[in-house]
Amino acid sequence: MFMSETLSINTPLTDETLKNLKTGDRVLISGIIYSARDAAHKRLVELIHKGRKLPFEIKGQIVYYVGPTPPKPGMVVGSAGPTSAYRMDPYTPILIAEGLKGMIGKGVRNLDVKEAIKRYKAVYFAATGGAGALISKAIKKADIVAYEDLGTEAIRRMQVEDFPAIVVNDIYGNDLYEQGKKRYRITG
Amino acid sequence: MGVREIQADDITRTIRRLCIEANTILGDDVVAALTKGLEKEKSKTGKDIFRQLLQNAKIAKAEGIPLCQDTGMVVVFIEMGQDVHIVGGDLNQSINEGVRRGYRDGYLRASTLDPLIRKNLGDNTPAIIHVEIVPGDNFKLTVIPKGFGGENMSRVAILTPASGLEGIKEFVLQTVEKAGANPCPPGIVGVGIGGTLEKAAILAKKSLLRPMGRRHPDQQIAILEQELLDKINKLGVGPQGLGGYVTALDVHIETYPTHIASLPVAVNIQCNCHRHKEAVL
Repeated sequence: MFMSETLSINTPLTDETLKNLKTGDRVLISGIIYSARDAAHKRLVELIHKGRKLPFEIKGQIVYYVGPTPPKPGMVVGSAGPTSAYRMDPYTPILIAEGLKGMIGKGVRNLDVKEAIKRYKAVYFAATGGAGALISKAIKKADIVAYEDLGTEAIRRMQVEDFPAIVVNDIYGNDLYEQGKKRYRITG
Repeated sequence: MGVREIQADDITRTIRRLCIEANTILGDDVVAALTKGLEKEKSKTGKDIFRQLLQNAKIAKAEGIPLCQDTGMVVVFIEMGQDVHIVGGDLNQSINEGVRRGYRDGYLRASTLDPLIRKNLGDNTPAIIHVEIVPGDNFKLTVIPKGFGGENMSRVAILTPASGLEGIKEFVLQTVEKAGANPCPPGIVGVGIGGTLEKAAILAKKSLLRPMGRRHPDQQIAILEQELLDKINKLGVGPQGLGGYVTALDVHIETYPTHIASLPVAVNIQCNCHRHKEAVL
């Protein structure tokens, strides 16, 4: 059930890569990912509803739910761990339908998101909340591409190398939060 | 006995320092609790997470980077001796100025905003300030930059006297299970029992300040803490909610007398990144 393999994967995510990812796999992600959280999601979905172009090409991409701390002089980004994903649930199926293939966050997704992940073949990864200093080491570059006025919530194009994450929801409909709890629960 | 004067500037300087230290240096008691958790956890993924958290604490301390990107909303507990007189400024303003400088100079994230307009205020003020007037002339400041992964999963319930101890246990367990991965487990489950609506919530938050590894001095409460901890760790939630035997590092309970008609209970969940620093002026 838990393979716990460590796979190195690159962005943008291809169907071939997604086929190989299974719930419980540990992955090291390299390439470009985009940061976006509550306020940015709201704006992205408003653009889609108006039929406008998004500020970055979303097809095949990974969105990381993060609002980093400001970088100290000489650094590209500050502490940068995941925020809770459920707050993005109302917006996520629309983005997945537009071609988004991966999300990094923490915490269980709602049924609509899980359905969209299965239907459109996407993946949801968990990163370790509370490890923002450690994770920042995997981020080699971070440039604001949209919504600078949102400060920490601006969309950043991040170049990452061996970003550590775990596959939670794979294309086959599995969910590590459900499986993990079931496996370790002690009843009675 | 005379009045002891404390300069508002000293308060500002101290709050600034405590904000930066709390956000970059994890307490020895928390590191010890995480190390113990690593030994106790059997899930391979869970063990990896403990290792990441311990490594994270080392990097944050060595490089002065925030432990977590959510540098929180600043909660300040003040124990102020009644013989203390603050001079050269206003207490609340001096604290908020300390927060402003700490978050600016420490490269910490500003997260506060008006709840309706929702535009970031930019300096992480205002702090949530709890002042308790006590005998003597001591002045003690405790800063908790409270992350909202845990705060969002916290709950208050006004139970009935009939629901009793079993009702309390059920509410705590349900709250922790429902929270799942969101409050970044394993952390501390703070529980406030009794008082009024707001008193229960403040007790729950204040319980987090107790050094880790210590039980409540009242034996009956200490037993309840241990029982709840054992039950929470049987839920299977585990580190980061990904499954495991360590869902909480500890349970802290504080109580206060309440009304014959009521049984308020508050659960304030603290994340693995349990940040707090104190100073006595």
